[in-house]
Amino acid sequence: MDSAKPRTLSLSQRGMSFETFMWLFTRLSALAIYALVIVGLVGALIMGARNQMNFAEVMRWAFNPNIYHVQGTSVADLIPWGGLFWKLTAIALLFVTAAHGVHGVIVILDDYIVKPVYRLGVRFVNIAIFIVMLLMGIYLIWKG
Amino acid sequence: MGLKRNVGLSSALGYKGQGPYLTYILHRIGGAGMAIFLAMHLTASFLESRDFGVGSQVGDVLNDVYYNPAFQLFIFFCILFHAINGLRITILDLWPKLMAYYREIIWIEWAVFFTVYGFAAFVIIAAELGG
Repeated sequence: MDSAKPRTLSLSQRGMSFETFMWLFTRLSALAIYALVIVGLVGALIMGARNQMNFAEVMRWAFNPNIYHVQGTSVADLIPWGGLFWKLTAIALLFVTAAHGVHGVIVILDDYIVKPVYRLGVRFVNIAIFIVMLLMGIYLIWKG
Repeated sequence: MGLKRNVGLSSALGYKGQGPYLTYILHRIGGAGMAIFLAMHLTASFLESRDFGVGSQVGDVLNDVYYNPAFQLFIFFCILFHAINGLRITILDLWPKLMAYYREIIWIEWAVFFTVYGFAAFVIIAAELGG
Protein backbone atom coordinates (compact mmCIF):
# COMPACT_ATOMS: atom_id res chain seq x y z
CA MET A 1 0.00 0.00 0.00
CA ASP A 2 2.95 2.32 0.58
CA SER A 3 3.69 2.44 -3.12
CA ALA A 4 0.23 3.88 -3.83
CA LYS A 5 0.71 6.96 -1.69
CA PRO A 6 -1.25 9.85 -3.22
CA ARG A 7 1.02 12.55 -4.61
CA THR A 8 -1.59 15.28 -4.42
CA LEU A 9 -1.68 17.83 -1.63
CA SER A 10 -4.77 18.27 0.46
CA LEU A 11 -6.96 21.27 -0.29
CA SER A 12 -5.78 23.18 2.81
CA GLN A 13 -2.14 22.77 1.75
CA ARG A 14 -2.87 23.75 -1.83
CA GLY A 15 -5.15 26.67 -1.14
CA MET A 16 -8.06 27.67 -3.30
CA SER A 17 -6.91 30.03 -6.03
CA PHE A 18 -9.29 31.69 -8.47
CA GLU A 19 -8.09 29.28 -11.17
CA THR A 20 -8.91 26.27 -8.98
CA PHE A 21 -12.28 27.73 -8.15
CA MET A 22 -13.13 28.24 -11.83
CA TRP A 23 -11.87 24.72 -12.65
CA LEU A 24 -14.34 23.35 -10.10
CA PHE A 25 -17.04 25.76 -11.24
CA THR A 26 -16.74 24.50 -14.82
CA ARG A 27 -17.39 20.90 -13.69
CA LEU A 28 -20.18 21.75 -11.27
CA SER A 29 -21.91 24.15 -13.67
CA ALA A 30 -21.82 21.40 -16.31
CA LEU A 31 -23.68 19.12 -13.89
CA ALA A 32 -26.14 21.93 -13.15
CA ILE A 33 -26.76 22.39 -16.90
CA TYR A 34 -27.53 18.67 -17.32
CA ALA A 35 -29.95 18.88 -14.38
CA LEU A 36 -31.74 21.99 -15.71
CA VAL A 37 -32.03 20.53 -19.23
CA ILE A 38 -33.55 17.34 -17.80
CA VAL A 39 -35.99 19.43 -15.73
CA GLY A 40 -37.03 21.19 -18.95
CA LEU A 41 -37.43 17.90 -20.83
CA VAL A 42 -39.51 16.26 -18.11
CA GLY A 43 -41.61 19.40 -17.70
CA ALA A 44 -42.30 19.56 -21.43
CA LEU A 45 -43.41 15.92 -21.49
CA ILE A 46 -45.71 16.52 -18.50
CA MET A 47 -47.22 19.62 -20.17
CA GLY A 48 -48.17 17.71 -23.31
CA ALA A 49 -45.11 17.68 -25.55
CA ARG A 50 -45.61 13.99 -26.31
CA ASN A 51 -48.50 14.72 -28.67
CA GLN A 52 -48.00 18.38 -29.50
CA MET A 53 -44.29 18.85 -30.24
CA ASN A 54 -41.69 17.18 -32.42
CA PHE A 55 -38.14 16.19 -31.42
CA ALA A 56 -36.47 19.44 -32.53
CA GLU A 57 -39.08 21.58 -30.76
CA VAL A 58 -38.67 19.67 -27.50
CA MET A 59 -34.87 20.03 -27.74
CA ARG A 60 -35.19 23.76 -28.38
CA TRP A 61 -37.41 24.07 -25.31
CA ALA A 62 -34.99 22.02 -23.19
CA PHE A 63 -31.98 24.15 -24.19
CA ASN A 64 -33.80 27.16 -22.79
CA PRO A 65 -37.32 26.74 -21.40
CA ASN A 66 -38.84 30.10 -22.41
CA ILE A 67 -42.28 30.50 -23.94
CA TYR A 68 -40.97 31.79 -27.30
CA HIS A 69 -39.52 28.36 -27.93
CA VAL A 70 -43.02 26.84 -27.98
CA GLN A 71 -44.72 29.48 -30.11
CA GLY A 72 -45.30 28.09 -33.58
CA THR A 73 -45.63 24.53 -32.33
CA SER A 74 -48.99 22.77 -32.08
CA VAL A 75 -49.14 23.22 -28.31
CA ALA A 76 -52.76 24.12 -27.57
CA ASP A 77 -52.44 25.99 -24.25
CA LEU A 78 -49.34 28.21 -23.94
CA ILE A 79 -50.11 29.55 -20.45
CA PRO A 80 -48.37 26.87 -18.32
CA TRP A 81 -45.24 27.20 -20.48
CA GLY A 82 -44.80 30.86 -19.47
CA GLY A 83 -45.23 30.50 -15.71
CA LEU A 84 -42.93 31.83 -13.02
CA PHE A 85 -41.25 28.45 -12.52
CA TRP A 86 -40.16 28.30 -16.16
CA LYS A 87 -39.04 31.94 -16.19
CA LEU A 88 -36.81 31.31 -13.19
CA THR A 89 -35.54 28.02 -14.64
CA ALA A 90 -34.73 29.71 -17.96
CA ILE A 91 -32.88 32.56 -16.22
CA ALA A 92 -30.95 30.10 -14.05
CA LEU A 93 -30.00 28.06 -17.12
CA LEU A 94 -28.98 31.22 -19.00
CA PHE A 95 -26.85 32.43 -16.09
CA VAL A 96 -25.05 29.12 -15.54
CA THR A 97 -24.55 28.53 -19.28
CA ALA A 98 -23.27 32.05 -19.94
CA ALA A 99 -20.83 31.92 -17.01
CA HIS A 100 -19.57 28.47 -18.09
CA GLY A 101 -19.30 29.59 -21.71
CA VAL A 102 -17.60 32.94 -21.11
CA HIS A 103 -15.04 31.29 -18.86
CA GLY A 104 -14.48 28.66 -21.53
CA VAL A 105 -13.93 31.30 -24.21
CA ILE A 106 -11.39 33.05 -21.96
CA VAL A 107 -9.57 29.73 -21.42
CA ILE A 108 -9.41 29.12 -25.18
CA LEU A 109 -8.22 32.66 -25.96
CA ASP A 110 -5.59 32.51 -23.22
CA ASP A 111 -3.99 29.65 -25.13
CA TYR A 112 -3.49 31.83 -28.19
CA ILE A 113 -3.07 35.27 -26.64
CA VAL A 114 -0.19 35.37 -24.17
CA LYS A 115 0.69 39.05 -23.78
CA PRO A 116 -0.62 40.08 -20.32
CA VAL A 117 -2.10 43.34 -21.61
CA TYR A 118 -4.04 41.55 -24.34
CA ARG A 119 -5.19 38.87 -21.90
CA LEU A 120 -6.52 41.57 -19.61
CA GLY A 121 -8.31 43.15 -22.57
CA VAL A 122 -9.81 39.79 -23.52
CA ARG A 123 -11.13 39.41 -19.97
CA PHE A 124 -12.72 42.86 -19.96
CA VAL A 125 -14.36 42.30 -23.35
CA ASN A 126 -15.65 38.87 -22.35
CA ILE A 127 -17.00 40.03 -19.00
CA ALA A 128 -18.72 42.95 -20.75
CA ILE A 129 -20.29 40.51 -23.26
CA PHE A 130 -21.36 38.28 -20.34
CA ILE A 131 -23.13 41.16 -18.59
CA VAL A 132 -24.79 42.42 -21.78
CA MET A 133 -25.96 38.92 -22.76
CA LEU A 134 -27.31 38.33 -19.27
CA LEU A 135 -29.27 41.60 -19.26
CA MET A 136 -30.67 41.01 -22.75
CA GLY A 137 -31.55 37.42 -21.88
CA ILE A 138 -33.27 38.27 -18.60
CA TYR A 139 -35.30 40.96 -20.36
CA LEU A 140 -36.30 38.55 -23.16
CA ILE A 141 -37.23 35.75 -20.76
CA TRP A 142 -39.09 38.01 -18.37
CA LYS A 143 -41.19 40.10 -20.76
CA GLY A 144 -39.78 40.14 -24.32
CA MET B 1 6.63 33.48 -21.74
CA GLY B 2 5.97 34.65 -25.24
CA LEU B 3 3.94 32.92 -27.87
CA LYS B 4 6.71 31.14 -29.68
CA ARG B 5 5.19 28.68 -32.08
CA ASN B 6 7.71 26.88 -34.22
CA VAL B 7 4.95 24.97 -35.94
CA GLY B 8 3.24 26.15 -39.10
CA LEU B 9 -0.50 25.84 -39.57
CA SER B 10 -0.25 22.98 -42.06
CA SER B 11 1.95 20.85 -39.83
CA ALA B 12 -0.24 21.76 -36.84
CA LEU B 13 -3.28 20.47 -38.73
CA GLY B 14 -1.37 17.31 -39.55
CA TYR B 15 -0.54 16.67 -35.89
CA LYS B 16 -1.17 12.98 -35.30
CA GLY B 17 -2.74 13.33 -31.90
CA GLN B 18 -4.76 10.29 -30.98
CA GLY B 19 -8.21 9.85 -29.46
CA PRO B 20 -7.72 12.12 -26.46
CA TYR B 21 -6.40 14.98 -28.62
CA LEU B 22 -9.35 14.62 -30.99
CA THR B 23 -11.84 14.95 -28.13
CA TYR B 24 -9.92 17.94 -26.79
CA ILE B 25 -10.00 19.85 -30.08
CA LEU B 26 -13.62 18.90 -30.84
CA HIS B 27 -14.60 20.04 -27.35
CA ARG B 28 -13.09 23.46 -28.14
CA ILE B 29 -14.74 23.70 -31.54
CA GLY B 30 -18.07 22.65 -30.06
CA GLY B 31 -17.84 25.11 -27.18
CA ALA B 32 -16.80 28.01 -29.40
CA GLY B 33 -19.52 27.14 -31.93
CA MET B 34 -22.19 27.20 -29.25
CA ALA B 35 -20.90 30.45 -27.73
CA ILE B 36 -20.97 32.20 -31.11
CA PHE B 37 -24.40 30.79 -32.01
CA LEU B 38 -25.97 31.68 -28.65
CA ALA B 39 -24.56 35.23 -28.74
CA MET B 40 -25.96 35.69 -32.26
CA HIS B 41 -29.33 34.16 -31.37
CA LEU B 42 -29.73 36.31 -28.22
CA THR B 43 -28.74 39.48 -30.07
CA ALA B 44 -31.13 38.72 -32.93
CA SER B 45 -34.02 38.05 -30.54
CA PHE B 46 -33.24 41.25 -28.64
CA LEU B 47 -33.21 43.32 -31.85
CA GLU B 48 -36.69 41.93 -32.61
CA SER B 49 -38.08 42.46 -29.12
CA ARG B 50 -41.06 44.65 -28.29
CA ASP B 51 -39.25 47.42 -26.39
CA PHE B 52 -35.85 47.43 -28.05
CA GLY B 53 -36.69 46.20 -31.54
CA VAL B 54 -35.13 48.19 -34.34
CA GLY B 55 -37.26 46.66 -37.09
CA SER B 56 -34.20 45.32 -38.81
CA GLN B 57 -33.93 42.09 -40.76
CA VAL B 58 -31.02 40.80 -38.68
CA GLY B 59 -33.25 38.45 -36.71
CA ASP B 60 -34.85 37.00 -39.85
CA VAL B 61 -31.45 36.36 -41.42
CA LEU B 62 -30.23 34.55 -38.30
CA ASN B 63 -33.45 32.52 -38.13
CA ASP B 64 -32.91 31.41 -41.73
CA VAL B 65 -29.46 30.22 -40.68
CA TYR B 66 -30.98 28.40 -37.74
CA TYR B 67 -33.55 26.55 -39.87
CA ASN B 68 -30.95 25.41 -42.41
CA PRO B 69 -30.47 21.64 -41.98
CA ALA B 70 -26.70 21.86 -42.53
CA PHE B 71 -26.45 24.35 -39.68
CA GLN B 72 -28.68 22.14 -37.53
CA LEU B 73 -26.39 19.17 -38.14
CA PHE B 74 -23.40 21.34 -37.18
CA ILE B 75 -24.87 22.85 -34.03
CA PHE B 76 -26.26 19.50 -32.84
CA PHE B 77 -22.79 18.05 -33.31
CA CYS B 78 -21.38 20.92 -31.19
CA ILE B 79 -24.00 20.56 -28.46
CA LEU B 80 -24.11 16.76 -28.20
CA PHE B 81 -20.35 16.25 -28.46
CA HIS B 82 -19.63 19.02 -25.94
CA ALA B 83 -22.27 17.65 -23.56
CA ILE B 84 -21.18 14.01 -23.77
CA ASN B 85 -17.45 14.77 -23.73
CA GLY B 86 -18.00 17.24 -20.88
CA LEU B 87 -19.78 14.53 -18.91
CA ARG B 88 -16.78 12.24 -19.43
CA ILE B 89 -14.36 14.97 -18.30
CA THR B 90 -16.48 15.72 -15.24
CA ILE B 91 -16.74 12.06 -14.26
CA LEU B 92 -12.99 11.49 -14.71
CA ASP B 93 -12.06 14.66 -12.79
CA LEU B 94 -14.39 14.03 -9.89
CA TRP B 95 -13.48 10.31 -9.66
CA PRO B 96 -9.73 10.35 -10.53
CA LYS B 97 -9.41 6.59 -10.04
CA LEU B 98 -11.19 6.14 -13.36
CA MET B 99 -8.40 8.09 -15.08
CA ALA B 100 -6.46 4.85 -15.55
CA TYR B 101 -9.08 3.73 -18.07
CA TYR B 102 -9.45 7.02 -19.96
CA ARG B 103 -8.79 5.53 -23.41
CA GLU B 104 -11.45 2.87 -22.93
CA ILE B 105 -13.81 5.51 -21.58
CA ILE B 106 -13.27 7.61 -24.73
CA TRP B 107 -14.34 4.62 -26.85
CA ILE B 108 -17.49 4.30 -24.72
CA GLU B 109 -18.02 8.02 -25.21
CA TRP B 110 -17.89 7.64 -29.02
CA ALA B 111 -20.39 4.79 -28.87
CA VAL B 112 -22.78 6.96 -26.85
CA PHE B 113 -22.16 9.98 -29.05
CA PHE B 114 -22.81 8.20 -32.35
CA THR B 115 -25.98 6.64 -30.99
CA VAL B 116 -27.40 9.97 -29.80
CA TYR B 117 -26.09 12.06 -32.68
CA GLY B 118 -27.19 9.46 -35.21
CA PHE B 119 -30.74 9.75 -33.90
CA ALA B 120 -30.64 13.56 -34.00
CA ALA B 121 -29.14 13.56 -37.52
CA PHE B 122 -31.78 11.07 -38.68
CA VAL B 123 -34.57 13.30 -37.37
CA ILE B 124 -33.06 16.44 -38.95
CA ILE B 125 -32.57 14.79 -42.35
CA ALA B 126 -35.96 13.05 -42.26
CA ALA B 127 -37.64 16.40 -41.47
CA GLU B 128 -35.80 18.00 -44.39
CA LEU B 129 -36.95 15.24 -46.73
CA GLY B 130 -40.51 15.84 -45.59
CA GLY B 131 -40.73 12.72 -43.42
